[in-house]
Amino acid sequence: MTSQSVSLTATGATVRGRKRKNIRPEQGSVTPPAKAQSAPRDTRPAGIPAGWRVIAAKEFADHVSSIRFLVLTLILTLAAAAAVYSAAGGLRALAPSVSGAQSLFLGLFFYQPEGTSVPTFVYFTALLGPVLGIAFGFDGVNGERSEGTLPRLVSQPIHRDDVINGKFVAGLAAIAVIFMAMVAVVGAIGVLQLGILPGLEEVVRLLVWIVLAVVYVGLWLAVALLCSVVFRRAATSALVSIAAWLVLTLFAPLLVGVAADVISPQGGETLPELIANETTRRNLSFISPSQLFTESTRAMLDPSLKTFDVTAYLQLQFEERALPSVLSLDQSLLVVWPQFVGLVALTSGAFALAYVSFMRQEVRA
Amino acid sequence: MAVAEPVGPTATGGAPAIKTRALTKRYGEFTAVDKLDLSVRHGEVFGLLGPNGAGKTTTILMLLGLSEPTSGSARVLDLDPARNPIAVKRRVGYLPDAVGFYGGMTGRQNLRYTARLNGIAKKEAEDHIDELLERVGLTNAANSKVETYSRGMKQRLGLADVMVKRPSIVILDEPTTAIDPAGVEDVLALIRELARGGAAVLLASHLLHQVQQICDEVGIFVSGKLIASGAMDKLSSTLGTGSIEIEVAAPPPAENVRAAASKVSGVTSVEKDPRDPKMWVVRAKRDVRTDLARALVEAGHPPYHLRRRGDELDEIYRRYFADYAAEAAEAAEGAA
Repeated sequence: MTSQSVSLTATGATVRGRKRKNIRPEQGSVTPPAKAQSAPRDTRPAGIPAGWRVIAAKEFADHVSSIRFLVLTLILTLAAAAAVYSAAGGLRALAPSVSGAQSLFLGLFFYQPEGTSVPTFVYFTALLGPVLGIAFGFDGVNGERSEGTLPRLVSQPIHRDDVINGKFVAGLAAIAVIFMAMVAVVGAIGVLQLGILPGLEEVVRLLVWIVLAVVYVGLWLAVALLCSVVFRRAATSALVSIAAWLVLTLFAPLLVGVAADVISPQGGETLPELIANETTRRNLSFISPSQLFTESTRAMLDPSLKTFDVTAYLQLQFEERALPSVLSLDQSLLVVWPQFVGLVALTSGAFALAYVSFMRQEVRA
Repeated sequence: MAVAEPVGPTATGGAPAIKTRALTKRYGEFTAVDKLDLSVRHGEVFGLLGPNGAGKTTTILMLLGLSEPTSGSARVLDLDPARNPIAVKRRVGYLPDAVGFYGGMTGRQNLRYTARLNGIAKKEAEDHIDELLERVGLTNAANSKVETYSRGMKQRLGLADVMVKRPSIVILDEPTTAIDPAGVEDVLALIRELARGGAAVLLASHLLHQVQQICDEVGIFVSGKLIASGAMDKLSSTLGTGSIEIEVAAPPPAENVRAAASKVSGVTSVEKDPRDPKMWVVRAKRDVRTDLARALVEAGHPPYHLRRRGDELDEIYRRYFADYAAEAAEAAEGAA
C-alpha cells in the first residue's frame, strides 16, 4: 500500500514539474515590470498575460480554425469510430461470459475481436498520433520566417523563448482537444452500442491515457518544431519530421531486435537465454516512443495487465492465485511509471533541443 | 491636422533618444558594424543611409537587444538594450525590412495581436487601432485578410503596427522599398508626422532620393562605417564637390542658349547632355536657377525646362552607391 501511494505522489510531482517547465518563461516576463519601473511610460498594467500566453492563445486559435485541424480530426474520428464499432460488436458477443468484469467499457479502446481486420483505437492513435504532432509543428518557426513576421514578433516586448514556448503549448493544447473530442465520441458510441456506462475509475483511466497520448504526440510536436527551427523550408521540415517518425516507428523494432540478439544471443534457446534476450530487447525498445506509448496505453486501459517484465511475469504465473485478477488504478500507474517517465524524458529532450537551437539562431535569416 | 502621438517625459528631455558609442559587431572575421557613433534626438528623423549590406539591419538589431554587440555600447532611452531588451522593446517601435503579417488574419486582427503582445488593455487598444487604421488609410481594408493587401498597404499597416505601442522611438528598416511611387509618398508623409508628434525616428534605407526629403539629419553608412553625418546641407561640405548641376532646355539656336547661360555668374560650365541632345547641363558653384532663367528670358530663349539635377546627395550616391544603383535598376526592370 505504501509503495502505491508513493507512486501516485510521484506521478503528481512529475505532472506538476512539467507544468512548471512551461510556466517558467511567464515568471521571466513578469519580472521586467520591476526593471521597467524606471521607464516613465509603461502601458502594461499589472497582471497582464505573459508573452507566451498571448502567443499560445493566437497559435491555438490558428490551429483549431485551420484546415489541417479539420482534416486530421475527421480522419482520426473516422478511424476511431470504425475501430470502436468493431470492438463494440466483439465485446457484445463476449459480454455474457465476462459479466462483472470492470474493464469491459475500456475494452472499446483496445479490444480487437478475433477474425476482424479493423485495428483498435489505440493502434490508430499510436500510428496516426505523430502525424498530429508534426502537422502542428513543422512550420512553427520557419513559417514565421517566410511570412516575415518573426522580426516583428521578437521586437515586441516579449522574451525570445516566449515564441517557441507559446507554440509548443498551443500545439499541446490543440492535440489535447482532439484527443478529448475523440475519446468523447468513442465513449458515446460505446455507451450506445454496449449499453453500459463507464465507472469513475474508467473515466480516470481514460484521462490518464489522454495525458499519455498528449505527451507522446508532444514528442513529435517537439521534433517538428526542432525541424522548423533548423530547416528554412516548411516542406523540408515536414519531410524530415515524417522520416524521423517512420524510422522510429517502423524500423526501431527491427533494429532493436537485431541489437538484442547481438547483445544477448539466444542460440541455445534455453529459458535464461530467452529471458535475457527479451529483457535486453525491452530495455533497448525504450528508445522507441511508439513502443513506450503502446505499452503504457495497454497497462492503463487493461487492468488485467500486470507487468511487462518477463521475469516478473513468469513469477506472477506461479503466484496467480495470490493476486487479484485486475489491478486497481494506482497499481496500473505503478506499472506504466517507467514508460511514462521515458516518454516525458524523450519529449522534454526533443523540446529542449528545439528551444536551444531557436535561442541560438540569429533573428535575421 | 496631425494627430500627435502622446510621448513620454523623456521625449522632451535633452538627452538623445538613441546614442551609440563605438558600437561594433563582428561575425568571425567579418566586421558588420565598425565603431559606430550615432546620436538621434527626439522629434528628429535620422536617415541611416547606405547600400545594401552596409550593416544597417545589424545596427538596428543591436539597438533592439535582438543581437549582442561585440564591443562598444548602445543607449536607447537611457537603457542598455543588451541588458534590458524588454523595457527597450516596450517603447521602441520597429518596422522590419520586408515586414510580414499573418495572411490569414485581417489587418485589424494583426494589430490586435501586437497590442496584446504589448499588454495593452483591450478597450484602449480597440480605439487606438481604429484611429491608427484611419491614419494610414486602411479603414476600409481593416477587415480584409492581409493576404489580399498590396505591398504598399502592408507597408502602411506596418506603420500602424509600429504605432500600436505608442512608441517614443520608431525604427524603420527600408520602409519605402518595393512599393509604388504613390505609396512611397504616403509612407513618407506618415513618417514625417510621427516625428512631428515627438518620436525619434531612425530610418534606414538604401534609397537616398526617396528618403532624404524627410530626414532632418542623415548618416552615410558604408561597409559598417559611418563616413559622414549631419544635416543635409552640411554634408556637401564634407562630402560633395560643392558643384551643382542644372538641366535646362530652351528653344534654339543652341549656341545662343549656351552663350547666355555661360554669362550667368557662378556658372562653371555649359555642356550638351550626352543622353539628350535638346538638353543643356549647366554646372555652377551655387544654385543659379533664378539667374539662369532670367538671363535666358532676357536673351530671348525662355526656357521650357529648368531643373536642378539632384544635389550633393547625387554626388554621394554616385560615389558610394553606384554599384548598388545599377543593381536596383536591374531589379526594377525585372519586376516590371
